[in-house]
Amino acid sequence: MKPAPFDYVRPGSLEDALAALSGDPGAKVLAGGQSLVPLLSMRLAAPSRLVDINGLPGLDEVTVSPGGVRVGALARHADVLTHEEAARVQPLLRLALSHVAHATIRNRGTTVGSIVHADSAAELPMVLTLLGGSVEVVGPSGTRTIPASELYVGPLESSLAHDEIATSASFPALAPGGRVAFAEIARRHGDYALVGAAALVEGGTVKVGYVSVSDVPVVVDLSGVPVKDLGEAALARLEPAGDIHATAAYRAQLVRVLTERVVREATGDE
Amino acid sequence: MSEPLLEVQLSVNGVVHDLRVPARRLLSDALRHDLGLTGTHVGCEHGVCGACTVLADGRPVRACLMFAVSAVGLNLTTVEGLAGADGTLSNVQQAFAECHGLQCGFCTPGFLTTITAGLRDNPQPTHEQARDMIAGNLCRCTGYQNIVKAVERAAELGA
Repeated sequence: MKPAPFDYVRPGSLEDALAALSGDPGAKVLAGGQSLVPLLSMRLAAPSRLVDINGLPGLDEVTVSPGGVRVGALARHADVLTHEEAARVQPLLRLALSHVAHATIRNRGTTVGSIVHADSAAELPMVLTLLGGSVEVVGPSGTRTIPASELYVGPLESSLAHDEIATSASFPALAPGGRVAFAEIARRHGDYALVGAAALVEGGTVKVGYVSVSDVPVVVDLSGVPVKDLGEAALARLEPAGDIHATAAYRAQLVRVLTERVVREATGDE
Repeated sequence: MSEPLLEVQLSVNGVVHDLRVPARRLLSDALRHDLGLTGTHVGCEHGVCGACTVLADGRPVRACLMFAVSAVGLNLTTVEGLAGADGTLSNVQQAFAECHGLQCGFCTPGFLTTITAGLRDNPQPTHEQARDMIAGNLCRCTGYQNIVKAVERAAELGA
């Protein structure tokens, strides 16, 4: 199938982009389009207007500071994945990005786009939530920062207003001595994970984030839990659902296995 | 009511084309139907199979996951742009012929573009890297062994 007709705008400035968005309540932002275009082609979505932000200047930068990594809205997954400084300051980015689809999709898809697409089966929304990162958005009334904890409100639903544009995402640096690990089970590498998990071990706390386990990205605090109890402790806080790809029981088993695997790896207890 | 058409200028294989297309025209369809470059094949049309892979500024992208209007300003290379001007096969194409990497040929354009960029970035891949290079492309003849051999042969030829 082909997408339904839409009005197309390719603004050259952020002001024009915001005006184009606010001028049509049925408008959507197009950046990489690697999730949006299939939805349009299958007519699961039919926005009346697409505001293509690929012509906006200065949004493709990845900036690294001691505090963390800031990814601009037009930085492609591939650019973040291969950014050596970004991988040094926050190694979880590279670990997770290598599981995002295939290289060809990563060449076009954007990290910020994946984050605001708000798919809990995607890796980056979970990574942002686990790390306690944030998204900077611009709207008619100015700029605001949305912490990851307030970003995800439902399946494929973020707290961005329809007339706001996410301009960057910020991932805090890994604390000195901190460790991370990432693992996922997919039918093929690059497919959506049946379950994915990442561990963040920092300053005496142990947190694990999950992919494809609930409607929104979810993180559980497993600090102080003995290794043999990790799986059950995680499941006590989660309710994996079954679908066409995996039964609830199988997802629960993957949560048990992957929780222990990533925590062991991140704590050096392999 | 007829759908409005947009003026679009696309640079494909070094040639600049002016066309008028609706905004929803997928790049894959613009290449095939508007420009007659039918070497780019359309398989799944939602980004899974890789048959429509073309190079945009040298990087492999799915032509079915982009709109033609979004490709303005990019230097596109399709499978038609891989051979020499005199028809001489590129090393990747030559390797496919030698190793019988073609089989039914439907997925071949996407493999050829993907591997051309892959070997440019990594001219001497290990066996595992050669397999990984093609992991985003599906061959429904399931003839991956010969395609992996072709990647390795193209590396020998100096892609």
